[in-house]
Amino acid sequence: MKRKLGLLLIVLVLLLSSQIGYGQKADEVIKIGVFEPMTGANAAGGEMTVEGIELAREIKGEVLGRKVEIIVVDNKSDKVEAANAVSRLIEKDKVVAIIGSYGSSLSMAAGDIVKKAEVPAVGCSPTNPLVTLNNDYYFRVCFIDPFQGTVMARYAVNELGAKTAAVIQDVTQDYSVGLSKYFIDAFRELTGDRNSIVEVSAYNTGDQDFTAQLTNVKNKKPDIIFAPGNYGESALLIRQARDLGIDVPFLGGDTWEAPEFLAIGGEAVEGAVFSTHFTAEAPVTEESGVFLDAYRNKFGKEANAFAALGYDAYMVILDVIEKAGSVDSQAIRNGLAKVKGFVGATGIITLDQNGDAVKSAVINKVDGAKFVYLTTVEPD
Amino acid sequence: MGDFSILFQHLANGISLGSLYALIAIGYTMVYGILRLINFAHGDIFMLGVYITFYGILYTPIPWWLVFLIAPTITGFIGLLLEKIAYKPLREAPRTTILISAIGASFFLQNLGIVIFGGRPRAFPVPRILNRVIKLGGVSINVVAFIIPTVTVLLLVGLNYFINKTKTGMAMRALAKDYETASLMGIDVNKIISITFFLGSFLAAVGGIMWGARYPQLMPLMGTMPGLKSFIAAVIGGIGNITGAVIGGFILGLGEIMLVALLPRLTGYRDAFAFVLLIIILLVKPSGIMGDKITEKV
Repeated sequence: MKRKLGLLLIVLVLLLSSQIGYGQKADEVIKIGVFEPMTGANAAGGEMTVEGIELAREIKGEVLGRKVEIIVVDNKSDKVEAANAVSRLIEKDKVVAIIGSYGSSLSMAAGDIVKKAEVPAVGCSPTNPLVTLNNDYYFRVCFIDPFQGTVMARYAVNELGAKTAAVIQDVTQDYSVGLSKYFIDAFRELTGDRNSIVEVSAYNTGDQDFTAQLTNVKNKKPDIIFAPGNYGESALLIRQARDLGIDVPFLGGDTWEAPEFLAIGGEAVEGAVFSTHFTAEAPVTEESGVFLDAYRNKFGKEANAFAALGYDAYMVILDVIEKAGSVDSQAIRNGLAKVKGFVGATGIITLDQNGDAVKSAVINKVDGAKFVYLTTVEPD
Repeated sequence: MGDFSILFQHLANGISLGSLYALIAIGYTMVYGILRLINFAHGDIFMLGVYITFYGILYTPIPWWLVFLIAPTITGFIGLLLEKIAYKPLREAPRTTILISAIGASFFLQNLGIVIFGGRPRAFPVPRILNRVIKLGGVSINVVAFIIPTVTVLLLVGLNYFINKTKTGMAMRALAKDYETASLMGIDVNKIISITFFLGSFLAAVGGIMWGARYPQLMPLMGTMPGLKSFIAAVIGGIGNITGAVIGGFILGLGEIMLVALLPRLTGYRDAFAFVLLIIILLVKPSGIMGDKITEKV
């Protein structure tokens, strides 16, 4: 019996030591960290983005002759968890670069950490200008809200002929507050009327009941309502608006592009119009075609903007590593700062002095429980 | 819209929200009233109830109205199981221990929900018949907003009858007064506690279904806020008192709507309002509006 135990012990030791040996070899793997919301109020956005990142890794899983590993950490749609997730990726997993996160507030929570640790981060869809402002280590592959807000204000005034608007914003999301502000500024300028915004209402992420705000909005009789926010809250809000007899068009931003927006909103969200980054209906580059085909093969459906942005963020980082010939975080950062004319799935990506991409916006409309492409708006 | 119809619209909104809090608070307060246990997992049982209804409607051929009856029954048995696993072994332990066990059970159920149902929200399939709008003058009200207060009042009356007029109800009250004496008098303590938990969880699920019909977004963490709010409603009304819970629910719902409607600048403090109300009640009248005199228990 004792001999058997002894044998077992030897086998165990051997097994363990071979594991250690394997660990040392694995050091050659290049680790890229991903922090995205996989649970909570933004879960759909995070999941769509990660799908795109994983697809990109399947297509291009090696750089400089080394394998790339993606480490995904759930930030739970929570600012504190987002900061923790990024610290974990840097300190425990020792990643060379970071991708994330859906949700401007979540990205901003990570801003100081990546700056201090000097590990570059590339956001896929956080659109608030403050994400990259005064932060040499944060970049993004999407446009920013001053542009998005103007696009929607122009659509409201030029296409819908709106003279007045009400704004309902989620005060706990920097995305919603920022986008609302830019929309309000642009709408006032376009109408030439300081009083064209008849009501600005507020709610919090997680709220389910918006009837009080909507009753007040209804009383002001706006021509349109601009209500950027999480897809879940927005869908409930529009449902309740229709119940209250509010029949004016609803306009929003890129976060509305989620299947949940259609499922939860049902008939109420028909006709809702929003801006986003990309649509499968209007491919912009050759890379768009590659991405769309690969996505269709893997998931058996049409791709969305967030998967496309996740794909682009990964591809940009790999391209930078390849050109720099190094996986040093500082070298990657310097490379990112110089990205110019990169052909991505969502368009040609050139990062400006703030680290933001200047790209066109797509306007989509909900029609027949589907997102239907309306038009593309080029940046000024 | 005249000023009056706006006011009535706000009132209708407030009653609709308040009756939902009331509905969830009934089960909360009943379990407390009988077992002196704050079942912090009540909100998560509520969540399970909604998800069971969701799967019942979408993935079984059972008609939706039957699912509305079956799902709370299944949820009732889950509640019963929860009691057997998390609370029964601690029945003789100090009250704090069982309270911590309740919080643990709550976290467990939330994370179980994330694992089983996934993190992405689901849309509750609201039956078409419940998804209509009635217009009265300038006031628009969803049919569900009529049904919820009706269900709440019916359950209130039914439960009061059950507890005060039936033999099982009498046994429950005896248990609440004195656990040991009740068992000496031949009351099957285990059975009564099981019934209490079954009923409490059944009510949580009914509240959940109504919540889903009104706010058709399902998430594994959806039970947390309604759970806390209805707990506050129960305390305002006097915890352990079923009628009090309903009154507390209405006060909270109407208060929240009126706060947002009349003081839009304070919208961000909507949830804080509920907790401020809780603090005020605990300072001014800790036993709540309808509560027993505090001397009895101390």
